[in-house]
Amino acid sequence: MSARPQPLVVGAGPAGIRAAEALVAGGLRPLVVDEAPACGGQIYRQRLVDDGRSTKDLYGSEAGKAERLHAAFGALEGKIDYRPQALLWNLRDGVADIVVAGATRRVAYDGLVLATGATDRVLPVPGWTLPGVFTLGGSQVALKAQGCAIGSCVVFAGSGPLLYLVAWQYMKAGVEVAAVLDAAPAIAKLNLLRALPLDPGIVLRGTRFVAELRLRGVAIRTGIEDLRFEGEGRVSGVAWREGSRELRLDCDGVGYGLALRSETQLADLAGCDFRFDQRDRAWLPVRDTAGRASVPGVYLAGDGAGIAGADAAECAGERAALALLEDRGLAFDKVRAAKLEAALARIGRLRDALEAAFPFPAHWAAGIDNATTLCRCEEITAGTVREAASRFDIGEINRLKAVSRIGMGRCQGRMCAAASAEVLADATGKPIEVVGRLRAQAPVKPIPLALQLTAEPAELPEAAE
Amino acid sequence: MSQDRISQDRLPLLRRITRKGHAVVAFTLDGAPCEGRAGDTLLSAILNSSDSLRRTEFTGEPRAGFCQMGACQDCWVMTEAGERLRACTTPLQPGMCIVTMMGKAA
Repeated sequence: MSARPQPLVVGAGPAGIRAAEALVAGGLRPLVVDEAPACGGQIYRQRLVDDGRSTKDLYGSEAGKAERLHAAFGALEGKIDYRPQALLWNLRDGVADIVVAGATRRVAYDGLVLATGATDRVLPVPGWTLPGVFTLGGSQVALKAQGCAIGSCVVFAGSGPLLYLVAWQYMKAGVEVAAVLDAAPAIAKLNLLRALPLDPGIVLRGTRFVAELRLRGVAIRTGIEDLRFEGEGRVSGVAWREGSRELRLDCDGVGYGLALRSETQLADLAGCDFRFDQRDRAWLPVRDTAGRASVPGVYLAGDGAGIAGADAAECAGERAALALLEDRGLAFDKVRAAKLEAALARIGRLRDALEAAFPFPAHWAAGIDNATTLCRCEEITAGTVREAASRFDIGEINRLKAVSRIGMGRCQGRMCAAASAEVLADATGKPIEVVGRLRAQAPVKPIPLALQLTAEPAELPEAAE
Repeated sequence: MSQDRISQDRLPLLRRITRKGHAVVAFTLDGAPCEGRAGDTLLSAILNSSDSLRRTEFTGEPRAGFCQMGACQDCWVMTEAGERLRACTTPLQPGMCIVTMMGKAA
């Protein structure tokens, strides 16, 4: 065992699990830090207690993958240091600050695998802050992890593969699904034909979801515009437009999302270079095909480095770990590494087709009403942001933040950064990549102020419990 | 404008599908006794009893969480002791006394 500090893996979803596994196989003992109480990430999230449902009930066609990942992580017990319910809130130069059980500790690491995952991407629409409106991912968490439905008569709106999956899962759970409202025009789905040879399983599964939803009488509308959620104190209906037709439905719950956005804050704090990715329409940390970031010793894997899904996350997590082993002068399986990169390239082509089938409705940003809340935390309207940009002649997102407080709230722009960049780009007539990206700040999520005053910093984690 | 707790005569926001027969976990919401179930997050427990969990600081509009995965920070509530908790990532504990401020004037 070398005297160098241990590698640090952030996140215990599909990417983090496979990374930790490969590091252990390579002879290292990583520290794995994860916010959740149990491994699995969001997609393979585990319940707090057994509720009588089988893994098949919970994860559907992906039950086998979920079981294998949970088992693989379980098998690492004693070979890794694992900190669940732990928030890594600051990072720099081989040192991380981690809050565990109410105390913050400082940990030195040598080699960092960031497998931070993703959350829903949203654009504000009227009523999106009403109680009863959740993200698509949030709707899924409620059902899968908590066994709770977000309502008795539910509408799912937005875009992306998750839209149909969550609607289908709710229908299967016996919840009335009033409608699926897809921002993408029907013709965009022809792109799925390109995806078919790359992954027939995923395309056929999606087709089956749509067919079964229709069979149960669920209205599926495509190319919807002017989406808004209505209600006094809680959501009671959804309205939208199709061409010149105005439509409306009663409902008591809404799941809304426009595909996913990567959690890149820690990569930013680690000093990684970013580039604008046209397909994801987002700033992403630069990485090579193995997952190496621009900063030596930093590796990126999974949806946190660019949206590619859970299968890709498993491959990328393992590949990144192999790169870490190689860079540390340890033995690694070159053939395996090449195989993983080939699989990732294939999934990349699949993502190209899926993104074209579920295009992000960027043009919605121009239509966001001035009265609509853009920033949920600081309650800043789209009108305020447009006025600030115009009055101070601002064309860059961090300057906009300084004068308008957009992205300065508790969520640090997780919910509003994509939208405020789109609004700023539209208001200034600039391409989206020109307005830049919000810089991340520590702490990346709220921590109690008292922590920093009372906790004794520890240099190294204790041995595994 | 003062407004009574809006959930008194309204249905809770969430609807429990599983764990209906799990052990009851008693907690209080703005002083009123409530029942969650073993395995609940604080968010699930509150929203199975109420249709919102906080008012915003600036406009006082009701909120009930959004992402349910610890990202949006829209479900922070306070205990009677003044401790802040993010409801969606906090497991419900017996005897929790949660203050939502929902009854406060907007």
